[in-house]
Amino acid sequence: MKLVTAVIKPFKLDDVKSALETFGVHGLTVGEVSGYGRQKGHTEVYRGAEYQVDFVPKVRLDVVVADEDAADVVDVIVKAASTGQIGDGKVWATPVDELVRVRTGERGPDAL
Amino acid sequence: MRLVTAIVKPFKLDDVKQALHELGVEGMTVSEVQGHGRQRGHTEVYRGAEYVVDFVPKVRIEVLVDDETAVQVVDAVTTAARTGQIGDGKIWTVPIDDVVRIRTGERGPDAL
Amino acid sequence: MIVDAGDTAWVLGAAALVLFMTPGLALFYGGMVRSKNVLAMMVQNLGAIAIVSVVWAIVAYSLAFGPDAGGGFIGTLRLAGLAHPNAQVPGYHLTVPPLAFAAFQMMFAVITAALLTGTGADRMRFGGFLVFAALWSIVVYAPIAHWVFSPEGWLFKRGVLDFAGGNVVEIDSGASALALAFVLGRRHGWPREVMAPHSLPLTVVGAGILWFGWFGFNAGSALASGHVAAQAFVSTQLAACTGLLGWILVERWRTGHATTLGAASGVVAGLVAITPACGYVNSMAALLIGFLGGVTGVLAVSAKFRFGYDDALDVVGVHGACGVVGTLLVGVLAMRGAGAHLLGEQALAVIVTIGWAFTLTYAVAWLVERSVGLRVPPQVEIEGLDTVVHAESAYDFGNVRATRMG
Repeated sequence: MKLVTAVIKPFKLDDVKSALETFGVHGLTVGEVSGYGRQKGHTEVYRGAEYQVDFVPKVRLDVVVADEDAADVVDVIVKAASTGQIGDGKVWATPVDELVRVRTGERGPDAL
Repeated sequence: MRLVTAIVKPFKLDDVKQALHELGVEGMTVSEVQGHGRQRGHTEVYRGAEYVVDFVPKVRIEVLVDDETAVQVVDAVTTAARTGQIGDGKIWTVPIDDVVRIRTGERGPDAL
Repeated sequence: MIVDAGDTAWVLGAAALVLFMTPGLALFYGGMVRSKNVLAMMVQNLGAIAIVSVVWAIVAYSLAFGPDAGGGFIGTLRLAGLAHPNAQVPGYHLTVPPLAFAAFQMMFAVITAALLTGTGADRMRFGGFLVFAALWSIVVYAPIAHWVFSPEGWLFKRGVLDFAGGNVVEIDSGASALALAFVLGRRHGWPREVMAPHSLPLTVVGAGILWFGWFGFNAGSALASGHVAAQAFVSTQLAACTGLLGWILVERWRTGHATTLGAASGVVAGLVAITPACGYVNSMAALLIGFLGGVTGVLAVSAKFRFGYDDALDVVGVHGACGVVGTLLVGVLAMRGAGAHLLGEQALAVIVTIGWAFTLTYAVAWLVERSVGLRVPPQVEIEGLDTVVHAESAYDFGNVRATRMG
């Protein structure tokens, strides 16, 4: 099993969710995070004091999938989240040793 | 490639960012999380009713790097985030199978 | 003495308006601090209402407005405990009950002390501040109020004009704030770290309440409901508006943006500048004074970065600097008596007010810091005052966080 994690532009979340549903992935976890990369942040000014805000709002999504689906899921996310502009984010996959569905206690691929 | 994850005290984020910048690491994802470890939380009192808040605000930092840089990143974050007090947090690394930059579709080390 | 019903109704209503300014200030300042210190800021403002009102009734009112003890420097204790409530206030010819006057002036003492919470933001002890505010009201506020507001005070007798507290409230709090900033020292991480306001909507609502309350402050200072009150009311409105415009014009020119905080601050800067002048100048002069107040404020708030004193929420820049501008402009623009002589007297009042307020505030703050403590330890500052000092947090978003004890 693999954990596929993506950090994307927040307004692309809906597109990614629909694409994953179409692909057959029906569960995912989403969090609001801040990213810092090639995309420039913005400047804020309070009573003349300027602050450079480097961190840009991003959405992080985590989804655990079967080994054979991982590459496709990565592709699906990349396609749905891409705008071609700097700051589109990254997708990566990490191996998962163990997985349990809390409600039933099912383990491994059955818990997907 | 490795994903380095660190949970640190929020006021240390700036120092960590600076240390990573000096290492040449230019991207990261940050989220506000709550931690519960050896550091004790605090007590809140509302009209005499006491609540113990075990979870302490923390910042979670994630950085994608190549294998060689991973050790340096762990060291740099450790030095930058340390206060010597309980609650300084933890850092860990996990191997990454694949990384994609969403904008360009670049894969592997090129996408870092 | 003859009590006029209309005047009494207006002065009592105005007193309530002025009281409302302090909770307004709690919002104005509360929005500007970081989210971990918003409750500490607000409860210090509530605390100021309580401690200063009590000290006022027991002793400070008498020191400010009691019969002069000699030389126009301080009042005696004849009115201590609000004694002799039916006897005319020395030097005045009031048409309202002396107690209404005492109540109105009480609210001035409250807001002036409360303004100092802005300088001590993020690092001032609650208990230490209450002790400080009590002593400060007696040692700093009461004498200056006596000099300028009491007809038996030495500056009043020299002809100094301060309609509603340009000296007594604004310059006084500004100079005191500078001394307090020196005694407290800089906040951990200032000026390197970002200390941006956590909720400007609170600040905007706070500015609105201050604006509303300022009609009581300024027009109420006529101490009667007539022509002078109406002029002060109109001057107040016009100066608030030009203060806003002056501030955002300058910051648009300097930084490229007209900001929300700039607009809210400009309102206050304009109101501060018109405070000493509102009943003495005509409406077009009020437009000018407010505008110059706004321009002064936006320029003065940068001084702390240049000189390195951590006046967290700019009490020196907004109240001190704009108070000085308004007070001096009375000497130039007053409908009666304007000229070199009056300007000289106004300047004298500015200098002695700054000198007294700065020196005595430094002494009082130093004394409190060395005895009960005025600044929290570094760990508390990092974690935030709300949870450590007050055992509360301002914002609970209902996530898994807390369990009930016992």
